[in-house]
Parts: sequence; structure tokens; C-alpha cells
Amino acid sequence: MSALDNLRDTFRRDQVFDFMRQGTRAVAPGQLDSGSGKNILYLEDITVSFDGFKALNDLTLYIQTGELRCIIGPNGAGKSTMMDVITGKTRPDSGTCFFGQTLDLTAMSETDIAMAGIGRKFQKPTVFPEHTAFENLELAMNGPRGPWHSLFTRLSGEQTNWIEDTLATVGLLEDRHKVAGLLSHGQKQWLEIGMVLMQKPQLLLVDEPIAGMTRQEVERTGELLKSLAGKHSVVVVEHDMEFIRSIASTVTVLHQGSVLAEGTMEQVQNDPKVIEVYLGE
Amino acid sequence: MRDSTFKSAFSDRTAKTFMGVLLGATLVVTLLNQFFPPDSPLHVSAYTVTLLGKYLCYALLALSLDLVWGYCGILSLGHGAFFALGGYAMGMYLMRQIGDRGVYGNPELPDFMVFLNWDELPWYWQGFDQFWFAALMILLVPGLLAFVFGWLAFRSRVTGVYLSIITQALTYALMLAFFRNELGFGGNNGLTDFKELLGFSLQSDSTRVGLLIATALSLAIAFVLCRWITGSKLGRVVMAVRDAESRARFVGYRTEHYKLWIFTVSAILAGIAGALYVPQVGIINPGEFSPLNSIELVVWVAVGGRATLYGAVIGAILVNYGKTIFTGVMPEAWLFALGGLFVAVTVFLPQGLVGLVSQRWAALRKQFPPKKTNNDTLTPAEGEAP
Repeated sequence: MSALDNLRDTFRRDQVFDFMRQGTRAVAPGQLDSGSGKNILYLEDITVSFDGFKALNDLTLYIQTGELRCIIGPNGAGKSTMMDVITGKTRPDSGTCFFGQTLDLTAMSETDIAMAGIGRKFQKPTVFPEHTAFENLELAMNGPRGPWHSLFTRLSGEQTNWIEDTLATVGLLEDRHKVAGLLSHGQKQWLEIGMVLMQKPQLLLVDEPIAGMTRQEVERTGELLKSLAGKHSVVVVEHDMEFIRSIASTVTVLHQGSVLAEGTMEQVQNDPKVIEVYLGE
Repeated sequence: MRDSTFKSAFSDRTAKTFMGVLLGATLVVTLLNQFFPPDSPLHVSAYTVTLLGKYLCYALLALSLDLVWGYCGILSLGHGAFFALGGYAMGMYLMRQIGDRGVYGNPELPDFMVFLNWDELPWYWQGFDQFWFAALMILLVPGLLAFVFGWLAFRSRVTGVYLSIITQALTYALMLAFFRNELGFGGNNGLTDFKELLGFSLQSDSTRVGLLIATALSLAIAFVLCRWITGSKLGRVVMAVRDAESRARFVGYRTEHYKLWIFTVSAILAGIAGALYVPQVGIINPGEFSPLNSIELVVWVAVGGRATLYGAVIGAILVNYGKTIFTGVMPEAWLFALGGLFVAVTVFLPQGLVGLVSQRWAALRKQFPPKKTNNDTLTPAEGEAP
């Protein structure tokens, strides 16, 4: 057994090829390997088609570690499909999708992807409707996920504090014992963002976070997302240009399943191709 | 904080009330049967004792279904299969206890095997002369079947009505298999003519009372166990799977593991119910695998009210009491009554009788709010649950 392990270790990719080494840090297989200043997500030549319709067409996109990236595009541009591919809900017909240097997302289950550190907020807020806001966050809390563990586990004071801190961050401390199904649409959005935060993800995928929110809530969401960037990498899909301008550093425009333009908001807005797509029709 | 442990599940108010009522009633019945002569108006006959024991077995079965259906949203239409398998395991032990007192007087082989001209006990009957072995099989056989079946079904993400249909097919297939003589479980006639259990004659009143008490205790323990499970984080995950399975997956739970866990535990409880049932009714035959039984079971839980545990118990006892009365008066109409009941409950009482009672109770409380006493100063503020 140990001989076999030794052999495996000797022929590991990063052992054989020097350039794969991450400085002096060895990364065990199955763990996220993202050196600082490098990309955290690599989507290359991804194609997804549904009955001949190409939802994604040779999409190539890189997300840097710690950046806040906004993705815009008209309806049917493939924004949600891209999220589905990253989180394992949809399998691409071709192309590669790597999280860090080593994790091949196309070969992992939704659960494995979530545990590896990708959290997702859906377009339509999906929370656990019969559980309270507190319980929703408790269920999302980073930690062991097995049935036996959850039968015997009890919340520690530290964990309770963490949950309450997050409740405060998303402004639901007052409503923490309210059943999530009874929260307003905006509050559900916040709750779901809170759930994603409790997972302690490296990469947050946030799909239309401000739908159904009041102006004040929108502002707070923007501040929250900005404060998350740096520690986490954040990808935001939104339609609201005003909102994107207020938070974005880099904007990627998707059109018909591939990248149309990329750059700052200024550059993108003045790009003739983008103008044609948005205004030409 | 609110996470229950097995110990705390014992001391919560619902469990205490439940156990108090259940064990109190059992005690009263026991005393009335044992200490009043048969001609006294207060005497409870052995027939009634056994009938009550049967109801409690059904209640335990209903409890097991509520665990998967009410809490995890898995509508199993084949839970009778696990009940029957537990029953068969117990029946095999009881058959071996007959020894040479059978019709053919063969000390080694049960009567039906002699009748089929078999020479020796099949391998899968070995060990069933020992109670500990039979008890192990009562837990293991239904549990293992549920584990394998669930593993295949949940891994392939079979859900909803499709899952219901294949559970129904499972129990139907088992029924057909057990009808065959070659399988070695007595075929059509099943296993019967039992004499004694652990050395106690099954015909004596005291054994019947003992079985009632054993059933009541099992039900009480199973209830506390289920309270513990549903009050723990595991219970909350299972409910999350019921309400938003894909969300649970994206949060990082292997939902199929949770479903498999709860399904297997539920099948084991159903098996125990079957094992307690067989010595009280004195027979187990393939009819117990009949899909109709499993559907009736669903009706009990629906009538009582899902996802409360005690609702399932109340539903099972009430519907079966109704069945006893009804089939005595006009047996041919029972199935119509049952069907009508199911439709009525689905349409008018989606939360069952328990839901109706708690609604009325809440309405009453609103109309006549309880007077404030000094102890009530701890009442939580508006918008905060207790």
C-alpha cells in the first residue's frame, strides 16, 4: 500500500512537471490550489447545446483570484448556463472547466463542487421555506456534511455567534426566527447571500442579486459585494447597468454563448459591437 | 441550543405526554384484564388486548412511514414490504419453536416442508431457532433491503411519483415471490400454527398482555427516537431536502445519503412493527405484502396528519378502530369508506386531524387569550418565536 502511495506521489503531475509547483506549498489532490495573483477559475472552449441550440459557444473566460467580475448580456446570452456549468448542474459538450489549478469541475458532482468552495446564489431566490432564517444559515454553515455527524452535532456558542454575525451582515437579525417562506422577496435574496457566505466559499456566483430590492437595499447589496471581493472572488450576473457601474471593476459581455467584450464599464459601453447588440435590434 | 439528543428527546413535553398517555392506557388495560374476573363489567377481554396490540403495531408502522413521507417527502407505497419482512423473520423463529408439536411431528422441519417432501431445512432457515438470531434478522433484513433499494433509487435521483411506483412494484414483486411454494416460506398459507414465544404460550392471556406491553414500549421508544432524529440537525437537513432538494445539494449536502439514511431507519422500524404484529395475530402470509396494505398505511398517516409523528399514531389507531367497527357492520363498504376518507382528508384537511385540532386550538386561543400571570413576563416580544 505504502509503496503504491509512494509511486503515486512520485508521479504526481506537480512532482513531475516543475512548473506546476505552487512555490513551496504542496497541494493535496482534491484541494483547491490557487496561487495569489493567478486565476481561480478557468473556462476554456466550453460548448453546451440544447437540442441543437448552442447556449454556450466556445466560451473562454478566466476569473482572477479576489476579483469582482460582472457579467452582462441580453437574454439568452448564456449567463445562467455558464453558472450551471461551473456548479455542475449542466455538463458541457466540450471544453474544460478548472477551479484553481487542479480541480476539474466537469468531473465533480454539485455537492463536491459546493464543498470545494464554490457558492451560488440563484436567480430565483431559493431558500429552505419551512426553516427559520437562523436555521437556513445553520444548514449552510461550513462544516462536516454527513448524516451521522449531523445527528450528533450540537451548535457551539462560537457557531451561534458566527450565524448571528452573518444575520446582522445581511440585515435579518430581527427576523431570525421568522420562517424563510414568509420573508419578503428582497429579504430572501439577502438570506440566500447569507447562506452562500456561511459556506465560506472561495468563489461566489451571484445571479441577479438585486431583483425585487428597494433602492436602499440595492445600495447595501452593492457595498456588501464590494466588501467581499478581495477575500473572495465574486462573479455577479446582473441586468441593472446602474448597479453594475456602481460596483464593477471588470465587466464581461456575453452574447450568443461567447464573450463579446471585456474591460472596464467605460470601455465596454463604448464598444461598437456591444452597442449594436444592445441597441441595434 | 435546540439540538436534541436522545436524552433530551425523552424529556421534551410532547414525548412525555405521548409516553404518559400510551403507557398509562396500556397499564389500565393490563390491570383491567388481569385483576377483574371475566364476568365483571370492567374486565377487558384477551381479544380486546390483542386488538389493541395490533393497533399499536400499525401505529409503529405509521410512525415509520411518517418519518420518510412527512419529513423527507418520500412517498413510499411499499412500506408494507418491510413490515412483512420483519413479520416473516419473527414467523420463522416461531415456526422453529413449534418443534415436534406440528401435525406431522417432525422435530426438524416445519409442517409445510414435510408436506412438500423436503428432506432438510434450507440454508436460509438456519439459525432461526435462536431468538437473538431472529431478532437480528428482524432488524437486518428490512434494513438491508431498504439500503440496497434506496441506494439504487436515490443515487439515480428517482423521485416523486416514479419512486412511489417502484416502491409499489417492490412490494408487489415480493408478494408474488412469497406466494411461491418453492421459495420456502410456506407459499400461499404463509407461516402459522405458532405455539410459543421465548417459552411463553401464545394462547395464554398473560402472554397477550405481555405482547401488548412490549408493543407499547417499542412504540414509545421509537417515538422518542423519531423525536430525536427530527429534532436534530439531521432532521432539519432531511426537511430541507424535502422542501428544496437541489438547494440542499448546492449547499453541499449529499442528499442521497440523507434520504438513504432516513429510508433505512424507517424500514427497520417497520420491520420491528411487523415482528411484534405476527405473534399477536398468529399468522404471516404473502397477503401482508399486498400493495393495498401499503396504500392503507398512507391513508392512516394522511388522516392523522403528516410530519408530527403523533399524528401518524393517532391516524393509525383511529382508522383501524373505524375499520374494526365498519367491517363488523357492513364489510363490503369498507374500501369505499376508506377511499372516501382519503379524498376527504386530501381535499379538506391537508394537514390531517392533528392539523385541524391545532388550528381550532389556535383560533380559540386568539378569541380567549390566556390571562396574564406574573410568570408570563417572559413572553417573547412581537415577531420573535418562543
